[in-house]
Amino acid sequence: MFIVFVAITLGITYWAAKRTKTATDFYAAGRGVTGLQNGLAIAGDYMSAASFLGIAALVYFNGFFGLIFSVGWLVGWPIILFLIAERLRNLGKFTYADVASFRLRQGPVRTMAAIGSLIVVIWYLIGQAVGAGQLLHTLVPQISYRESIVIVGGLIIIYVTFGGMKATTWVQIIKAGLLLGGATLIALGVMAHEGFSFEKLFSDAVAAHPKHMEIMKSVVRIGDKSNPIESISLGLTLMFGTAGLPHILMRFFTVTDAKAARKSVLYGTCFIGYFYILTFIIGFGAIVLVANNPQYVVDVTKNVLNLKGGGSMPAVYLAHAIGGDLFLGFIAAVAFATILAVVSGLTLAGASALSHDIYANVIMKGKSTEAQEVWVSKLCVVGLGILAILLGIAFEKQNVAYIVALTFSIAACANFPILVLSVFWRGLTTRGAVLGGYTGIFGSIGLLLIGPTVWTKVLGMGPAIFPYDFPTFVVLPAVLIVAYVASVTDHSESAKQERAMFDAQKVRSETGLGAEAAASH
Amino acid sequence: MSSPLASKIQNNPKYHHLVQQRDALAWSLSAIVCVIYFGFILMIAFAPDFLTQPISSTSVIPVGMLIGVGVIVASCLLTAVYVSRANGTFDPLTHEIIEEASK
Repeated sequence: MFIVFVAITLGITYWAAKRTKTATDFYAAGRGVTGLQNGLAIAGDYMSAASFLGIAALVYFNGFFGLIFSVGWLVGWPIILFLIAERLRNLGKFTYADVASFRLRQGPVRTMAAIGSLIVVIWYLIGQAVGAGQLLHTLVPQISYRESIVIVGGLIIIYVTFGGMKATTWVQIIKAGLLLGGATLIALGVMAHEGFSFEKLFSDAVAAHPKHMEIMKSVVRIGDKSNPIESISLGLTLMFGTAGLPHILMRFFTVTDAKAARKSVLYGTCFIGYFYILTFIIGFGAIVLVANNPQYVVDVTKNVLNLKGGGSMPAVYLAHAIGGDLFLGFIAAVAFATILAVVSGLTLAGASALSHDIYANVIMKGKSTEAQEVWVSKLCVVGLGILAILLGIAFEKQNVAYIVALTFSIAACANFPILVLSVFWRGLTTRGAVLGGYTGIFGSIGLLLIGPTVWTKVLGMGPAIFPYDFPTFVVLPAVLIVAYVASVTDHSESAKQERAMFDAQKVRSETGLGAEAAASH
Repeated sequence: MSSPLASKIQNNPKYHHLVQQRDALAWSLSAIVCVIYFGFILMIAFAPDFLTQPISSTSVIPVGMLIGVGVIVASCLLTAVYVSRANGTFDPLTHEIIEEASK
């Protein structure tokens, strides 16, 4: 199964490589992606193996515990559509920094945006690489953790350097199809077993689970505390973080026009929402069919939940319980495809921040040729691929629980607000954007460092100085205030010009006049 | 940027009409999403007992689950509302504006 998938994707990479000539082809798949294709690719980029196996596992162990995360990861999408998707397509070229720096000074704004992107991308990569290594190693014990990571990293480098965005997009589309299809089959299997009655599924789960009725109540708990500030901060982080992830934003430059960008969010949102609902059925199905089963559980007499091969296995074993070895192989291949697709998107987003923003626009000040830029970009892909492998190995035994908080916090506090301000607020100047952006980046990192997850659990330094896991509720308002104050107090000549250019930018963002056209071939 | 074209567009009342309408729709839909989602989160924080009670005396399904799934479905529906408005109203209007400006 793995081999078939890898062979198909390498075939696509070869096909895409022959059609990837210009920078637009490489970064944005020639802007020829349709709304439905991009919707699938968005879903493919966003539905990580962590959410497939992770949410199912959360439900398996705790019941409705994960609902707040699934809902939070979804509600960012309508916001992306209403406020930024079309305007991003109309204003940008390859990266979201194109949009943020549209009427501002290129150097400082792009540097800030690229730093924000790279921190998000690299940490997201670490999380994915560690997950990939553990998953592949668990599914195919003959391959060690390190070998798994090297295989994943090697494949990514091949896909992205040769096939660019075209290959990445198709890997994501195929993966989304496989994942949605596979999850649907498992959920159907569960429902068939339960006579297509949700009532029976849930009552059987309550009966089978050692926590019984508690699993239907855990919807209200976040960790062990029900702290309103923490809940709101988590909500802000998940919602606006989604709308600031560079690899997601980048997908909007691949479509033909603003209309396709808009449609792709509708398709993407529906696919992702449908998928999250499936993961709940899968989690509860696993409680009924996997827990208590001596074939999967380490020792049924001691703990009916404790699975062989670790905590991320409920969905995988459920596939086996429903469809035997063949279906297990299929789902394992789907999980593997999932990791490859997400990592490809991340790597390309990171490489584009380095080559398009830093190299072509900051260092060369727009004087490099397209061929040079693409060449630098490919080097960056190789570099990031190797970095991901090394970091994946270095972080094997680390507690990586804070990674989600870190990446989403920076995306929510730096990328998202600066993007929205530059598009909607005439008054934003370079000084406001840069100071606000850095406040978001360093504020998030600083407060996470002294927060409970890193300070207490990872570093073991005792009680946390800053008592909340998610700093967004402090940092996001701070970013807005800093960006506002730094902008309105900016009376320089360049600031006046930047404000004057707002009207022209607005015309382009609203009507698409002058937007980057789709490649003709 | 071709400024004569852009300034022509800026002087077209239809353009301001478009911007106004789209902004109104986009921001009010965003506000609805925020109210729904943060309403859900505040219920988790302040009214957990309501969320954990079963939907009926014979059922094990808690109210909170239905609300959670409801938020997911509502997100998809609101997205669809925006797309249909944009396809039906904003796109033709944008097209008209660009046509008129390029005359």
